[in-house]
Amino acid sequence: MIEVRVPAPLRSHTDGSKIVQGEGANVGEVLDDLGRRYPGFREGVLDQDGGLRQFVNIYLNDEDIRYLRRLDTPVAGGDVVSILPAVAGGA
Amino acid sequence: MVNVYIPSSFRRLTGGAGRVESEAADVRALLRSLEDRFPGMGVELFDSGGNLHRFVNVYVNDRAIEELNGLETRLGMEDEVAVIPAMAGGQVGARFTPRQAVRYSRHIILPEIGGVGQRKLLNAKVAMIGAGGLGSPAALYLAAAGIGTLGIVDFDSVDLSNLHRQILHGHANIGRSKVDSARDQLADVNPDTRVVAHDEALTSQNALGILGQYDIVVNGSDNFATRYLVNDAAYLLKKPLVDGSIFRFEGQATVFMPGQGCYRCLFPAPPPPGSVPSCAEAGVLGALPGMIGVIQATETIKLILDLGEPLVNRLLLYDALAMEFREVKIRRDPECPLCGDHPSIDELIDYEAFCGAPMAATGG
Repeated sequence: MIEVRVPAPLRSHTDGSKIVQGEGANVGEVLDDLGRRYPGFREGVLDQDGGLRQFVNIYLNDEDIRYLRRLDTPVAGGDVVSILPAVAGGA
Repeated sequence: MVNVYIPSSFRRLTGGAGRVESEAADVRALLRSLEDRFPGMGVELFDSGGNLHRFVNVYVNDRAIEELNGLETRLGMEDEVAVIPAMAGGQVGARFTPRQAVRYSRHIILPEIGGVGQRKLLNAKVAMIGAGGLGSPAALYLAAAGIGTLGIVDFDSVDLSNLHRQILHGHANIGRSKVDSARDQLADVNPDTRVVAHDEALTSQNALGILGQYDIVVNGSDNFATRYLVNDAAYLLKKPLVDGSIFRFEGQATVFMPGQGCYRCLFPAPPPPGSVPSCAEAGVLGALPGMIGVIQATETIKLILDLGEPLVNRLLLYDALAMEFREVKIRRDPECPLCGDHPSIDELIDYEAFCGAPMAATGG
């Protein structure tokens, strides 16, 4: 199982959970797995074609998967996938 | 006769004289006599209202006149008077005034800072974008640290709903412009800090002119259009950008050094307008911007002092509810349209069009 950290704006799709567990051999498969169990979750992370969005980053541990193999980046037990959307607040 | 010490920055007005003699019954009369004798001295000493500038310190026999009787302090034969502008022309070797030596003593005693470091802080010019949630704690600590020039950009005015987090502003200033409120508060914290109020929205037209006056840019803006504008302007000007943002109970902070990655490398494009709620819509924990803003102040001071490990190529993530800090890596994207290998952006663009949303109150 892979630990996935869910950002505040997407927790409405995960029953409020900040950390969920997903299964899969790579990041894309883990997101697919979560999408099956949490309707709307995958659409909140990826674009309508299933690709990475330019304002939502996904990290495998501390590395941006855009600099790894994007959604094909392999994952293994103990890895942490973090989803991080851009936020603009400063006031 | 009273002996008056003239600092080097004022000697152009006294024909080079470092000491002059004068006859006057009290400090006020003495300063007026200098004004009459040396054309140009008046504006150096007094503001348009006839009050002594806050950044000019006057000492009688090495005691600040605030500890005596102010401008009414009586003068007698053989008294020594020194007129010292707090920012003595920015000379690196300039001595601290007696008050500065005390005010900054806990910095100066640190071997990593010392008198040389404190002088760097006094000579530094920092631009603060927004005098709101992030700008409040950042500006307060930067001023307290003795940052010599602090430019504050904000066109908003103080609202009651700001006060649960924007600690630069108080009840008495509701309705007042934030830059004016900030200037008064910061002058009370540290009269050494010259606050430059930019009471206007940051735009593609004025950003390079404003930010170009400063060494470092601290970002406390509250909307994507301004964030991309500040990012692009800081990169084009080759200024370090100390970035921070907040949402509900979570915050992010990082430092973008020109050429080592930028906000566009982190987030190449903003979310569609309306898809991410603002603080006004989503709420924000009042103490949250305090944590992030103080991190920004700390990083700014470290950059000025060239001290420690800057928060470069690292995005610090703070979760107030878990009380947890994490880090992820930021890399320069070779494909970045601004700082990549083949940039397509070499001037400021229309950020409202880029973000599909207007620039809201900067830090408001």
